[in-house]
Amino acid sequence: MAEIVRGQFDRQMRRRRLHGQIFHILCLVSILIGLGMLAALLINIFIDGWQRVNWSFLTSFPSRHPEGAGIKAALFGSIYVVALAGALAFSFGVAAAIYLEEYAPRNWFARIIQINIANLAGVPSIVYGILGLEIFVRFLDLGKSVLAGSFTLALLVLPIVIIAAEEAIRAVPPSIREGGFALGATRWQTIWRLVLPQAFPGILTGVILAVSRAVGETAPLIVMGALTFVPFTPDGPLSRFTVLPIQIFNWVSRPQEGFHEAAAAGIIILLVVLLSMNALAVLLRNRFQRRLEG
Amino acid sequence: MARNPSIIETKQLNVFYGTTRVISDVDMDVETHRITAIIGPSGSGKSTLLRCFNRMNDLIPSFHMTGSVLFGGQDLYDASVDPTEIRYQIGMVFQRPNPFPKSIFDNVAFGPRVNGFKGDLNGLVEDSIRRAALWDEVKDRLRESALSLSGGQQQRLCIARALAVQPQIILMDEPCSALDPISTQSIEELMRELSNEYSIVIVTHNMQQAARVSDYTAFLNPGEDKISELIEFGETRQIFTNPTDERTEAYITGRFG
Ligand SMILES: Nc1ncnc2c1ncn2[C@@H]1O[C@H](COP(=O)(O)OP(=O)(O)O)[C@@H](O)[C@H]1O
Ligand SMILES: [Mg+2]
Repeated sequence: MAEIVRGQFDRQMRRRRLHGQIFHILCLVSILIGLGMLAALLINIFIDGWQRVNWSFLTSFPSRHPEGAGIKAALFGSIYVVALAGALAFSFGVAAAIYLEEYAPRNWFARIIQINIANLAGVPSIVYGILGLEIFVRFLDLGKSVLAGSFTLALLVLPIVIIAAEEAIRAVPPSIREGGFALGATRWQTIWRLVLPQAFPGILTGVILAVSRAVGETAPLIVMGALTFVPFTPDGPLSRFTVLPIQIFNWVSRPQEGFHEAAAAGIIILLVVLLSMNALAVLLRNRFQRRLEG
Repeated sequence: MARNPSIIETKQLNVFYGTTRVISDVDMDVETHRITAIIGPSGSGKSTLLRCFNRMNDLIPSFHMTGSVLFGGQDLYDASVDPTEIRYQIGMVFQRPNPFPKSIFDNVAFGPRVNGFKGDLNGLVEDSIRRAALWDEVKDRLRESALSLSGGQQQRLCIARALAVQPQIILMDEPCSALDPISTQSIEELMRELSNEYSIVIVTHNMQQAARVSDYTAFLNPGEDKISELIEFGETRQIFTNPTDERTEAYITGRFG
């Protein structure tokens, strides 16, 4: 046995504790600044827009008269486009993640794909708008339609879904897969009956993030050619459309005070849509988790 | 002890991970309705050998082997054999209990379901749980999550799950290493019980356990070159009382490993 090295400790407990406390306070201040800004923003918007949020605002189409302008077209446009984009991104994203995690050989090719997906998540959204314009609007001749808009947004959020789904699938312990294989389950049965149910809450989190992002996107849809003044709700996948952020952007840039109020009211609606979608997804996720853990 | 027919035979089995050979030239046979223990120090390739018996190693990309493994006389690694198809005939229980995050019932029903079982599923599930000596503890809570069971119960559930596909042989990889002594004892009793109807291969690093439960013992040990060989294989009583190889004797008397 080696002898214990002799020497003194200078523990400086007071100084170490002080450092800890300073750091604690710094963190607290940071979060308060963040929350304060958010609160100021929300209060400001609520003061401007609250009295405009009512049934007739929800059920009216935009108008040249600020008092009569409503959000119906944009609300329906957003719901259609984002729901379709979310469904597309979910299907393709989960399929891609399953392939990458469960089927693809772990070689340089898979690595390159993986790195590129991570990079795609960082590409500015306006680039996707240009892509959407070229491919969906012009080349596939879908026009400036709900379908083209959904495809564009789906492409935009696809990397988010893939990455989240990959992480959720990777988090399922290998022992679960081995258990399935050992009972004579095929690869697909193991994925479908064991891996996906367990990964589902994580996948859902990714889809929520993706859809939340899609609801707020403006630039790619403007580039793609979504309208700013739409006095109708989409009547089919090839109908022209607008979405909430574009409508809000349009109202904000008008000179009349009334349109600014409408914009604030539109922001409130956008926030409500966003928060209720998140709440729904969190609810779904928790229910699923409880079912798994029982 | 009367010799039973063999259910698994290995012939000149060599296993490699990438270019590293971990097991060399193993010839052993597993008799039906007997318990065969594989012992050896940690890293001696016990799990590797066991996983050759149901082709679980196929899931490891760097794995490859030479020689052959016969299951009921059929070459398991023949090109015409679909590993999925043989795995349900060869049950496996793992080192850590790995119940699926599903109900107790659904855990046991999983194997029959994926294998297209047509018949009395409730009866099959009950029978399998009874065979695993777990029925009295879970009969009122079949719809509860398997994760709510204790470690020992989870392991017996995993045994029930393996039994439900009606395998001929059950492979167990250190099934008690994550369990307390009382759970360990109940699993050992269960194994003796099961050996009347099934053939069992158990990997264990616990020599007392091998001595207590097994009929035959195989001793794996890495040589100078880190490649493991089957040093000795024979009746457990003989291995533990009168080993022929001095390395076996050194290992079981605790002089190394
Ligand atoms: N997937 C693997 N890839 C590479 N080497 C492995 C792998 N699994 C096990 N090994 C190596 O093979 C040897 C035997 O391992 P294992 O069969 O797990 O031994 P045991 O079960 O007796 O402890 C060890 O040296 C281990 O490092
Ligand atoms: Mg092992």
